[in-house]
Amino acid sequence: MSLLKGINLGYQIDDISILKAIDIEVKAGEMVGLIGPNGAGKSTLLRLLTCVEKPGWGEIFYGDNNVDQISVEERAKHIGYLVQGAKAYWPFSVEKTVGLGRIPHQKWWQHSSREDQEKIQRAMEITETLAYRNRIVSTLSGGEQTLVMLARIFATDPQIIFADEPVAALDPYHQLHVMEILRNHSRDDRAAVVVLHDLSLAARFCDRLYIINHGCLYGSGAPDEIMTAENIAEVYGVKARITCDAEGVSVAPVSRLGEHHP
Amino acid sequence: MTFMSIPDRVLLAGLGIVLSVVFYVALMVGPVNIGIGKAVMDFLAEESSMDSLILFDIRLPRALLAMIIGATLGLAGAALQGLLRNPLAEPGIIGVSNSAAFGAVLVFYFGYSNFAWFALPLGGLLGALASVVIIFALVGNSKSVVTLILAGVAINAIGGALIALALNFAPNPYAMQEIVFWLLGSVANRSMNELLIALPFVLVGWGLILYCGRFLNALTLGEETAISMGFEVRRLRWILVIGVAACVGASVSVAGNIGFIGLVVPHLIRPFVGSEPRRLLLASTLGGAILLLVADIAVQLLSSGGELKLGVITSLVGGPFFLFLILKTRNLML
Repeated sequence: MSLLKGINLGYQIDDISILKAIDIEVKAGEMVGLIGPNGAGKSTLLRLLTCVEKPGWGEIFYGDNNVDQISVEERAKHIGYLVQGAKAYWPFSVEKTVGLGRIPHQKWWQHSSREDQEKIQRAMEITETLAYRNRIVSTLSGGEQTLVMLARIFATDPQIIFADEPVAALDPYHQLHVMEILRNHSRDDRAAVVVLHDLSLAARFCDRLYIINHGCLYGSGAPDEIMTAENIAEVYGVKARITCDAEGVSVAPVSRLGEHHP
Repeated sequence: MTFMSIPDRVLLAGLGIVLSVVFYVALMVGPVNIGIGKAVMDFLAEESSMDSLILFDIRLPRALLAMIIGATLGLAGAALQGLLRNPLAEPGIIGVSNSAAFGAVLVFYFGYSNFAWFALPLGGLLGALASVVIIFALVGNSKSVVTLILAGVAINAIGGALIALALNFAPNPYAMQEIVFWLLGSVANRSMNELLIALPFVLVGWGLILYCGRFLNALTLGEETAISMGFEVRRLRWILVIGVAACVGASVSVAGNIGFIGLVVPHLIRPFVGSEPRRLLLASTLGGAILLLVADIAVQLLSSGGELKLGVITSLVGGPFFLFLILKTRNLML
C-alpha cells in the first residue's frame, strides 16, 4: 500500500531550479532514505513532501488523496516532521515539549486531555526520555535533545515521520538509538522518510534509498543495489570502500576523486 | 530560569485576587478621602454627593482605564515576545506605542475625531499596524535581537519626532504639554467616554491574540515545524499583529505611550507558566492590569498635584529592568 507519492515534483527559487522531476513513493512499513551531497535538494524535497513548501510542479498524494484535498488539520495529524537541528526557542521542560506534539489533535481553546497525557507518556517511553521529563530541553546533550524532539513527533502519533538529518552531530550510540526508533516506527501501516549523510546507517537501516544529485533523482532502490562504488564516486566525488557482511552494507569514504566536487 | 510551573487555575485565581485588592486600593487613593461604601449607596439612591461624584466620575474611570490598558500592554508584550520568540520584544521598545500615538495625534489634533467615535482608536490602530509591518519587514525571520532592538530604536525615534512635529503644526497653544502627555502617557483626568471609545478595539484585539495562543506554542519549535503542525503561519501572524495593533493602538490613543509594562510583566510571569507562550497570555493580561494600577497608585502618592506622568514611573522601573534583561540574555541571544 502506498502511503506517500510524489509525482514529477519540481521547485525553483527566482529562476534557479532546486528540484526537477522527482518521482518518489513510500509504501507502508517502509523506511526510505534520501541521500546525496550537500545542496542536492534533499531538505527541499522533504519540505515539499511535508507540505511546508508548495511544489512549483507536480503532485503529492497521502494515501489515495491529493494533499490539496486534505484539510490542513488532517494533514498535521498524519505526518510528523523533524527539522534539521530542531530546538525549542523557550526554556521548555521535556514533557511540555513533547506535549506540543498533541497540538494537531486539539482545538484552539482546548488544553491537554487524558488521552493527550497518555500519548505523551507513550512517546517518552518509546524514545526513552522519561528519565529527564522535568529537565529543560536546552540543558540536555545533543543526543538527548534529538530524542526529545522525536518524542514530540511520536506524541502526534503520525503515520509518516519525516526527519531531516536526525543523526547529524550525534555520537554512535545515539545515532543507532535514533535510527532504531525510526526503524521500529516503520512497520505495518507506518513509514519514515529520512535524510541521511551517514551512508552506512542509510544502507543498514533503510529499505530503499533515493539518491538526489543536483536537484534530480539520480537513482533509487534497495541499498545493496544502489550503494555501489560507481554511484558514490559519481554523486559524491569520493572513492568509497563498500563491504557487505551479515550485519549489512557499510560504506567507508576513503579519498576524494580529483578536484571535482559535485 | 527557575522552573516552578503552577496550574493555571491557581495562578489566574491568585492574580485575580491581587488585582481586586489593587483595584480597590486604587479607588481609595486620591487627594481627598472618600467613603467608598457611602459613595456607592449615594449612587444607588441617585443622590449626587461629593463622594459618589469623585468615585464614579474620577476614580472609577481612571482605575478601569489603568486596568484595561495595563492588561492590554501585558498581553501585547507576551504576544509579541511569543511571535518574535524574543524576550525583549515589547510594544514600547519596538516602537509600536509611539507609532500608535502618532496615529492618534493626527486624528485628534486635526479634527478627524469628529467624523466618528472610532476615528481616534482607529488612528492608533493604523499607526501601530504600520510600525509592526515595518518591524516585520526589517527583522523578518532573523532571530537577531540586535536587529530587532535597533529597528525599534529607529521607529521609536521617528514616531516621537512625528508626534512633536504634528503637535507643532496643530492649532494648539499647549503643544509642549501635549507632547509630554503622548510620549509619557497618563490615565489621569479621563472619563468613561474615553474608556468606551477604546473598549471595542481593545476587546477585539484581546480576542484575536488569545485565539493565537496555540499557534504561539507551536512557534516554540520554529516556523517550519509550526507549518507542519497545521498552522498557516502567514495568516496567523497577521491575525496576531492586527490584534496587537488594535488593542495597543486603542489604548495608546486614550492614554498615550506607557512604556515597559509589556516587557516586565511577561518576564516576571514566564517562570510560573513553564515559559509556555499560550499560558503566558492570560496571566500577563492580569499581571499587566495589576502592575499598571500599582504604578498609577504610586504616581498619585508621589505627586499630589498630578504633575507626574504614569509613563515616568513605568519607565523609571522598566528601563533598568530592560538593561538587566539585556545583560542576562546577551550571551544567549546575540
